[in-house]
Amino acid sequence: MGMTMTQKILAAHAGLENVKAGDLIEAKLDLVLGNDVTTPVAIDVFEKAGFTRVFDKDKIAIVLDHYTPCKDIKSAQLCKTARDFARKHAITHFYDVGQVGIEHALLPEKGIVGPGELIIGADSHTCTYGALGAFSTGVGSTDMAAGMAAGENWFKVPSAIKVVLTGKLRPWVSGKDVILHLIGTIGVDGALYKSLEFTGEGVSELSMDDRFTIANMAIEAGAKNGIFPVDDKTIEYISGRVNRPYTVYEADADAEYERVVEIDLSALESTVALPHLPSNTKTVKEVAGMNIDQVVIGSCTNGRISDLRIAAQILKGRRVAEGVRCIVIPATQEIYMQCLTEGLTQTFIEAGCAVSTPTCGPCLGGHMGCMCEGERAVTTTNRNFVGRMGHVKSEVVLASPAVAAASAVKGCIASPEELD
Amino acid sequence: MYTGKVYKYGDNVDTDVIIPARYLNAPSPDELAKHCMEDIDASFATKVQPGDIIVGGANFGCGSSREHAPIAIRACGVRCVIAASFARIFYRNSINIGFPILECPEAAAAIQNGDTVSVDFDSGLIRDETTGQEFRATALPPFIGRIVEDGGLLPYLKARLEKEA
Repeated sequence: MGMTMTQKILAAHAGLENVKAGDLIEAKLDLVLGNDVTTPVAIDVFEKAGFTRVFDKDKIAIVLDHYTPCKDIKSAQLCKTARDFARKHAITHFYDVGQVGIEHALLPEKGIVGPGELIIGADSHTCTYGALGAFSTGVGSTDMAAGMAAGENWFKVPSAIKVVLTGKLRPWVSGKDVILHLIGTIGVDGALYKSLEFTGEGVSELSMDDRFTIANMAIEAGAKNGIFPVDDKTIEYISGRVNRPYTVYEADADAEYERVVEIDLSALESTVALPHLPSNTKTVKEVAGMNIDQVVIGSCTNGRISDLRIAAQILKGRRVAEGVRCIVIPATQEIYMQCLTEGLTQTFIEAGCAVSTPTCGPCLGGHMGCMCEGERAVTTTNRNFVGRMGHVKSEVVLASPAVAAASAVKGCIASPEELD
Repeated sequence: MYTGKVYKYGDNVDTDVIIPARYLNAPSPDELAKHCMEDIDASFATKVQPGDIIVGGANFGCGSSREHAPIAIRACGVRCVIAASFARIFYRNSINIGFPILECPEAAAAIQNGDTVSVDFDSGLIRDETTGQEFRATALPPFIGRIVEDGGLLPYLKARLEKEA
């Protein structure tokens, strides 16, 4: 029996010819990632266990992105703990305020992750790098500590759901709508413990930024990872970024899948997820007019340059509606600079948006846009759980950058077509 | 055999309600324990007693990778979590810190809030002392059982690396 793309990467990193779903394996890691929330806990575990050396200073990434620039004294202490550890062990890929970007936008941009690699990260959205044809998955702080100490970890080989994409997205419809539609179809535990393997002729129609968005939210369907085949667009993206040998894996023709889900991209409409689960999806048309207090455009899901170009295209020459706050957060310093050189920042500011330095901030109710009781936001982030962006009685509606920008202009949930 | 009182919750209990991100800037177990389950059950942290048991539905612990979630639950004195299914990072994190979790859809459906439940971690036997019903949880694979027995992933790893050296 053949292997899925994920299974092939796991087998190669475990030194095995073959693996099958359910096997417990120990595999070598190409990168271990942590942020300012999870790394301090990992350091504590690492040091309490008596470890004094990391396995490879070039294969660890520490990215201070969640509460930075530090929101309070306690978060400053967390960053100091991570910073001191990074210096002590001469961690190559350490990113602090001024260079930092949101980890899952930053690592691909810097070429720190590449096709065929095996990456674990103490952040659930580590699954983003599947867009590059890597196996990457979110873990906790103890896993990060073990990874930093030994350069390997244990994995249960996942079964897979095959997601076959056909057709081409319509104007204003993007990767966010694809993944929200999929989560709405299979549910928040629809891919629990499994891989989501994206395939089909429709893949070539998706930009890399769309693929990052889709792989990023695989976790919101419970998946262990989401993964895309490597094609010309992938190779173009990594050229000049990934300057080391990499391996391109393909699923075997006779790979076994638990389920096949087909999505016709051309049939998709702008989609939102209403509170309080990412699977609670509706088309924008079904909920247009719902009142909002805040809009957030950014995050590891949708803070990349093409997301901000779409938002700027909609906001250009228009104003954020009175009574609505719109916060725009480019995901990395490079994207921030691109926004400046392309004039997007000016467009946002002229429209009445607040534009921030890169941070995860509002997505997890950390800072830079927390809400009080009774408020509602339309955001391009990834989770709309109870209390996610602030008060337990505030609400988050997940949407694409196009829908978020159109909603900011209209002052209520709106489709970009309404502005055409 | 271990016996405790049950706090029962529904499906998709996410790590944001187990321990909201606004408290992640102070990750000591004692601090986290004060706010455990705050956004789903505001008085949980004050009423929970050492030895109590949490029972959840499907996909318990979904969302963020924060290990602070099982750390907070354990620091409250909760002895174990029984659920119909666990989100995979929460599952890994619990095993890695040596915190017992039991997957058993039948028990998760039948046990009611406030019931007294006995659990035998070795055999996976769950008995609802209030109703007399018995259930059998899915056994942990031997490899994972060894990690829990060693007290978590790092003690396991340390022992293994020392053996290889």
